[in-house]
Amino acid sequence: MKNVLEYLENTLPTNEEKICYRDKKTSATYAVVSSGARSIGTFIAQKVGKKRVPVVVFMPKKVQTVIAFLGVAYSGCYYVPMDSEMPASRIELIFGNLRDFIIIADKSVTSVIEKMGYADRSFQYDDIVNHAPDDALLAEIRSKQIDTDPLYIVFTSGSTGAPKGVCACHRSVIDYIEQLSKVLKVNKDTVFGNQSPLYTDACLKEIYPTLKFGAQAVFIPKMLFSFPVRLVEFLNEYKINTICWVASALSIVSGLGTFDSVKPEYLRTVAFGSEVFPIKQFKKWRAVLPEARFINLYGPTECTGMSCYYEVDRDFAETDAVPIGRPFDNTEILLLGDDRREVERGEVGEICIRGTCVTHGYYNNPEKTAECFIQNPLQNNYPELIYCTGDLARYNERGELVFVSRKDYQIKHMGYRVELGEIEIAAGIMPEVAMTAAIYLKDKQQIVLFYTGTADKDALLAYLKEKLPRYMIPADVVKLAALPQTANGKIDRVTLTQQYRNQ
Amino acid sequence: MDKIIEMLLQLHPDIDTSCDSLVDDGILNSIDVVTLVTEIFNEFDVTVPASEIVPENFNSASAIWEMVSGLMDE
Repeated sequence: MKNVLEYLENTLPTNEEKICYRDKKTSATYAVVSSGARSIGTFIAQKVGKKRVPVVVFMPKKVQTVIAFLGVAYSGCYYVPMDSEMPASRIELIFGNLRDFIIIADKSVTSVIEKMGYADRSFQYDDIVNHAPDDALLAEIRSKQIDTDPLYIVFTSGSTGAPKGVCACHRSVIDYIEQLSKVLKVNKDTVFGNQSPLYTDACLKEIYPTLKFGAQAVFIPKMLFSFPVRLVEFLNEYKINTICWVASALSIVSGLGTFDSVKPEYLRTVAFGSEVFPIKQFKKWRAVLPEARFINLYGPTECTGMSCYYEVDRDFAETDAVPIGRPFDNTEILLLGDDRREVERGEVGEICIRGTCVTHGYYNNPEKTAECFIQNPLQNNYPELIYCTGDLARYNERGELVFVSRKDYQIKHMGYRVELGEIEIAAGIMPEVAMTAAIYLKDKQQIVLFYTGTADKDALLAYLKEKLPRYMIPADVVKLAALPQTANGKIDRVTLTQQYRNQ
Repeated sequence: MDKIIEMLLQLHPDIDTSCDSLVDDGILNSIDVVTLVTEIFNEFDVTVPASEIVPENFNSASAIWEMVSGLMDE
């Protein structure tokens, strides 16, 4: 197997009329997914000729967006998911990074694309989804493709303010889907309930195992995650039995007392990840779903999604952290110290990952790539890249990996990776702002931004809302006469945090 | 009612307080809803049960206030 589309092609003959993907408005059978993807693939291939370019899929969260992803794969190009939730300045930076590209869009973003001056290279989904497919052309493209050709580029935030595009190939995605499917025990009766936005790597978990097994994935409207009773009713209505959600989405459901009014009836696999799941909330889920399997997933975008898993097999105290467990099959975790050697058992080290899951690195960004994709320091006999996550972990006495913290100020907030430095930089750009420092109150899950200068608090917030995605907006901004400094002149975030907590 | 408007302004200083589609327009997200539920408890000493946390009750300041008044009367 060398191309993710083989998943679809293998299950298609026996599942033509089965619903493959659905959202609140639309459902698409396997036959519809296949024909839509082949049409789009043919259209793109005829447009770009022999060139292999990024194809931006600029569409909201819906079934058609996934069909567009698969269409791009048919064309031999690679997709770049983009959403109008992203602020215009971030979208511009991404376009700048991609350089040569085309866009598939729907009508909801027409004005945005026109304003940015990209209308000439943008094509409407509705216009191309019924384009006549040329299967001979698609077969020729496939015959020339190899499994290390890119499948997608997903953008994460970078500390310099510039988003970084993680470029992953078919081989890495296939490896991930094979291992993840085993851990989740996916089969043809699996009905996924997707939570993550389609512009992150997190949605690979639903899109591709669905195709592999002839299963079904339901894309849950984002709004429902604010209204947990409605959310659980939705899970029941669509008979969703498998979810892989960020822990905060699960916590909101249990924390608001949802299970007093309604219980999930079909759930049998609950995977959570991207951040720590408070044990208190976890226990509420387990009480309401005593038969379900609960699985903690851990992994960076740079290694194609998830790299480690732990299936909960015992009780935890409320102060405990659920382990991240062990690596997927065909992946190795190295815990390295500052000297780039493996730390002693039980000591804290940086999680570095080795395996087919390691992606190609950051698109058009060799400097950033070289910083974290490095030669395996444990051997120097042949070239071998490993990815250094910047996450710190140790092994517990049971031999399970336990996450300790981020190495730098990169945080996980509402399931997103956020670099505090990026918020500081964005605020610092405002002319009336002098100095900035952002901290994260982990227990309250709040970002707080301190600043000096003449800017008014509300004006600064309004400014940030234009510059940053919603999930990076501080919960509070505090104007100070001066920022405290440490002995060697760095901004003293520890003191800031203490002062803020004491006020 | 003024208290509710104040809470909304705390979350979104630039909000139109007469807006009646706070949820439908995607202005309030899940963290906002959780924050409002917590603030309502702090301010009015009423626990909003999950069954009341539905879009209709959060689309406007007056809808939130109606819900809170109803809960206080119980």
